Amino acid sequence: MTTTEVAPLPLGTGVVEAAVTVRGLAKRYDGRAVLDGLDLDVRRGECFALLGPNGAGKTTTIEILEGVRRRDAGEVRVLDEDPATGRREWRARMGVVSQGEPAGQALSVREALDHFARYHARPRPTDELLAATGLDAKAGTRVSALSGGQRRRLAVALGVQGRPELVFLDEPTTGMDPVARRQFWELVRGLRADGTTVLLTTHYLDEAAELADRVGVIAEGRLVDVAPPAELGADLRRRATVSWIEGGSRRQVVTEYPTGVLRDLLATATRGEVPGLTVTRPGLEDVYLQLVGAAPASSGGDLA
Amino acid sequence: MTAVLPPPTTRPAPPSALSIARARVGLELRLFFRERQQVVFSFAYPVVMMVIFGAVLGGDVLPGDVPFPQYFLAGIAATGIMLTSFQAVGTAIAAERETGQLERLQLLGTPPVAYFGGKAGQVLVTTAAQLALLLPVARYGYDVPMPVDLAHWLAFAWVAVLGALAGTVLGIAVSAMRGSAQSVTTSVSAVAIVLQFFSGVFFAFGELPGWMQRVAALFPLKWMTQGMRSAFLPDQAAVAEAAGSWEHGRIALVLAAWVIIGAVVCVRTFRWRRADG
Repeated sequence: MTTTEVAPLPLGTGVVEAAVTVRGLAKRYDGRAVLDGLDLDVRRGECFALLGPNGAGKTTTIEILEGVRRRDAGEVRVLDEDPATGRREWRARMGVVSQGEPAGQALSVREALDHFARYHARPRPTDELLAATGLDAKAGTRVSALSGGQRRRLAVALGVQGRPELVFLDEPTTGMDPVARRQFWELVRGLRADGTTVLLTTHYLDEAAELADRVGVIAEGRLVDVAPPAELGADLRRRATVSWIEGGSRRQVVTEYPTGVLRDLLATATRGEVPGLTVTRPGLEDVYLQLVGAAPASSGGDLA
Repeated sequence: MTAVLPPPTTRPAPPSALSIARARVGLELRLFFRERQQVVFSFAYPVVMMVIFGAVLGGDVLPGDVPFPQYFLAGIAATGIMLTSFQAVGTAIAAERETGQLERLQLLGTPPVAYFGGKAGQVLVTTAAQLALLLPVARYGYDVPMPVDLAHWLAFAWVAVLGALAGTVLGIAVSAMRGSAQSVTTSVSAVAIVLQFFSGVFFAFGELPGWMQRVAALFPLKWMTQGMRSAFLPDQAAVAEAAGSWEHGRIALVLAAWVIIGAVVCVRTFRWRRADG
């Protein structure tokens, strides 16, 4: 598998402050390494998406950063503090949208927001939160009567209630319908526009591509690549697949130099047209699948 | 380049544990009274038991010339306190942990003591409401005399408060048990039922086998029923007690010890999440 060094924070172009810095993070459960030397940098003000298959260590990483799970080794700084010893004042600067139930089932949405407002020094007004999450019409509805997507939105409202500098979103759109997802994306863009750092985990590549300034891919307990969504897996993207039909069967060549392959191909074509000719480059999903080892790395040879 | 970083956001300190505890008492009460099953069970159980046992054994007279309903009121009042504290708290916390509500509180940085305070406040209010329902039923339905003077009312009050607090901390402690919320609920109910039989709620304590009395003496319920008897029964009935007196000092000592031991256990074993790695 291709392993790419984590890109260092750019220096000399002004000071880029780190919201999250992780070096050599390790965590074992029952002797099995879940995190095995993970490095991660999240810059202040960016939206960073953590991608990876189930069991790759995404949630464990997030929980260690949130200070609710102990690590076995490594250095971790979140908002300039070690989460393992984080105090309430530190916690107050973070917001978390976790996957658990947001509030007591028997509370109305407004009651839940009004109650949890009292845990914060400067809570966002309930009406503002209701409007931002599109829950105005549901303010009087009990949590038990909300749909899955509405519950997630309540969880988001509660997560940003304390005006956090850093927000953790753990698989925030799981169970949302496409419309709710788009509304949720708008919400996240709004947070980011306000200068809030967002760290989200997701299974959805389109979500990462839509929202994230940078994407990190976790596989087998390590960060295997990190880049803006369009540049992820640069090495892998350089390879193009040239494919055509010859003698009734499809042939393909994977190459870093598709122009040369095409030139040869066109020269050998007896007639004007090469049947079924395509040149494709890997999309985000292809790159992702190769990075996490779910697809075989394509060799450069003729696979026909 | 003189990059002047913006000063770290100056935030006021988070609200105190006390003010969060106050908010939680309100929340806990609201949630409690909206949970119909819990309300009916907590409030109706002592009253229904009073009615059933009053109807069946109302004419009996127990040692010390005490009519059965008078003796039974003391026991069922103590039982009611155990239900609104130990049982209600133990099952509620197990459920809140299972649904991830506690995890959210942890992520909010809620001080555990604020959470415990919310539970204790809710328990004291619901216990008071439950007793306010039970006593008139006993007084007007079964002619059970109320505590005769201020001293007896005070005994009733401190036994109720200490008992409710002991039940609360034990409920918090028992919720740390491994297993699903459902299995915690079942275990808590089983313990509550057995303790009622062992502690002299349904039968005169003095008539129970010696081993049963000795087991019961380890737990708070026996001492709560004894304390309640000291409030509701005539003073001469004290001779029928196991020790020949009400043992106020020992009751206070045992209940206070349970509160303190329970609190230490809570602080050491309380978990916001189901499993921790």
